[in-house]
Amino acid sequence: MSGRSRAVLPGFGLSLGITCTYLSLMVLLPLATVFARTADLSWASFWSTVTDPRVMASYRVTFGASFAAALVNTVFGLLVAWVLVRYRFPGRRVVDAMVDLPFALPTAVAGIALTTLYASNGWVGSYLEPLGLKVSYTWLGITVALIFIGLPFVVRTVQPVLDDLEVEVEEAAASLGARRWQTFTRVVFPTVAPALLTGFALAFARAVGEYGSVVFISGNMPMKTEIVPLLIITKLEQYDYAGATAVALVMLVASFVLLLTINLLQAAARRRSAA
Amino acid sequence: MASIALSRPATTAPRAVTRATGESRVVRWTLITVALVFLALTLLLPLTLVFAQALSKGFAAYLDAIKEPDALSAAKLTLLVASIAVPINLVFGVAAAWCITKFQFWGKHVLITLIDLPFAVSPVISGMIFVLLFGAHGWFGTWLLDHDIKIIFAVPGIVLATTFVTAPFVARELIPLMQEQGCEEEEAAIVLGAGGWQTFFRVTLPNIKWGLLYGLILCNARAMGEFGAVSVVSGHIRGETNTLPLHVEILYNEYAFAASFAVASVLTLLALVTLVLKTLVEWRQQRASAERKESVDSSERIAA
Repeated sequence: MSGRSRAVLPGFGLSLGITCTYLSLMVLLPLATVFARTADLSWASFWSTVTDPRVMASYRVTFGASFAAALVNTVFGLLVAWVLVRYRFPGRRVVDAMVDLPFALPTAVAGIALTTLYASNGWVGSYLEPLGLKVSYTWLGITVALIFIGLPFVVRTVQPVLDDLEVEVEEAAASLGARRWQTFTRVVFPTVAPALLTGFALAFARAVGEYGSVVFISGNMPMKTEIVPLLIITKLEQYDYAGATAVALVMLVASFVLLLTINLLQAAARRRSAA
Repeated sequence: MASIALSRPATTAPRAVTRATGESRVVRWTLITVALVFLALTLLLPLTLVFAQALSKGFAAYLDAIKEPDALSAAKLTLLVASIAVPINLVFGVAAAWCITKFQFWGKHVLITLIDLPFAVSPVISGMIFVLLFGAHGWFGTWLLDHDIKIIFAVPGIVLATTFVTAPFVARELIPLMQEQGCEEEEAAIVLGAGGWQTFFRVTLPNIKWGLLYGLILCNARAMGEFGAVSVVSGHIRGETNTLPLHVEILYNEYAFAASFAVASVLTLLALVTLVLKTLVEWRQQRASAERKESVDSSERIAA
C-alpha cells in the first residue's frame, strides 16, 4: 500500500521539504535558543534562579490555580457535554456554538471583561464582596480566568466520545437490572474517563502558559498573585535574559511533559476503543 | 439494524428505551438548568459586559474611540499581520498535511508532534524566543544593528511571533480529514494521466475545502487576537507597533475604560463572526462527508 502510493502520487519531496524547512526555521531554531541560552548559565546559578523564593511562589500560583481551574472544568465540562449530547432543548445549537467562545475571543478582551465583572463594584463582584469573597486581584480571580479559558477543551474532548457511546450498552445494563445511576458510574463513566482525563490535561496545559486573560485580573502582587509567564516578562524587561530563559526552560519542560502525557493518554484511549 | 427497529411495535419501543436509558424529567431539567446557568455566568456575562461597558458613555463616544487615529493604525497593523501570517501557515499546513497523509516515511509521528509544539508553548515564551534571537542582546542582535534592520519592537517581530503561534491551525485541521479520505481518488487521477498540481486542485482541494476553510478561520482569529507573544516583541509604540489587543491593554491601563471596551467590542464582534462562520462550515463539512459516504456506498453497491 505504502509502496504503491509513493510510486504513484507526486509531491513528496516538495511537501516534506517545505514542512521540514519551515518547522526547523520557525519552530525548532527559535525554541532551541532557550536551551542554548540556559547552557550559558552555570548549574549553580541556574538552580538558584529557578528556586528563588519569588519564582517558587509564582510556580505555586500558576500550577495551583491551573489545577483548580482544570478540576472545575472537568466537572462542569462533563455536565455541559452530557447536556448537549443527550438532551434536546430550545437553543441547544446556539449554546453548542457558544462553548467555543474562549477559543475565539482574544485573551486580552476576556481579561478586562472578567476583571470588571468581578471587581468589588462589578456586576458579580458587588454581590460577592458582602459575602467576604474578593475575586478580582486575588488567587480566586486567576482561577476564574483560567476556568473561562479551559472550558472548551474538556467539553470538546468529551463530546465526541459521548456521542459515539452506543445506547445498546446502556440498554443492556438497564435490562440486567442496573439503576440509572449505576449505569452511569459503571458503564458510561469508565468509557468517557480517558477523554475526561485528556480534557483535564489539555485545560491544565493551556492554563499553565496563559497570560492575556490572567494578567489583568491577577493584580500581579509578587509572592501572592504573580504568575510565571508574567515573571518571565518582568525579567525580560529588566534585560535579565539569563533569568528569563532559566524560568522559561522550567516551563517548557513542564509543557513538554504535559504534551507527552496527553499524547500517551490519547494513544491509550485509541487502543481501548479499537479493542 | 433498521429492519430490527421497524419490526418492533412502534408505540411502545421509544418509551421503553427512554425509561431504561434516560433520566427522569426532574433530573433532566435540573442538569440542563445547572449547565446553562454555569455557561451564562462564565461565557454570556463577560460577553454582555463588553458591549455594555463599550456603550456606557454613549454611542458618540463609542464611535470616537474606534475612529481615533491610534485605534485605526492598530486595526491596520492587526490586519497586516494576519494577512501575512495566515497565508504562510496555509501553505505550510497544506504541505505538511500532504506529506503526512499521502506517504509513509520514517519519523512521521515525530513530525506530527513537532507541528503541535507551538500550541504547547506559553505565548510569553513564544515571544521571548524571538527576542533571544533578534533582540539587541540576541544571537543576531549585533549583526542586525550593524545592518540597521529592526525586528524586535518593530512590525517584523510581531509578524514572526504571530506566525509561530498560529502555525499548527491549518495542518491540524487537514491531517485527520485527509487521513480519513485516503489516497484512492488522487491515485486514480494520476493513473488517468492528470498532473500533480491538476490532481491537487481538481481532486484534493474540492474534498478538503471545508476543512481548509475551518482551519483558516481559526488561524485568522488567533492571528488577530494574539496578545501574550505579541506583547513581548512589540514594545508598545503607539501608532507604530500596537495591534488591537495591545491597544485594548494600553487604554485599560490608562483607566480609559469605555474606550478600552469600545476597541475590545470590535475584537469581540470578530470573535462572534468567527463562531458563526465556524458553525456554518461545520454543518457544511458534516453534510459534505455524509454525501461522500453516500456516494462511496452507492458506487460500492454498483461495483458489487
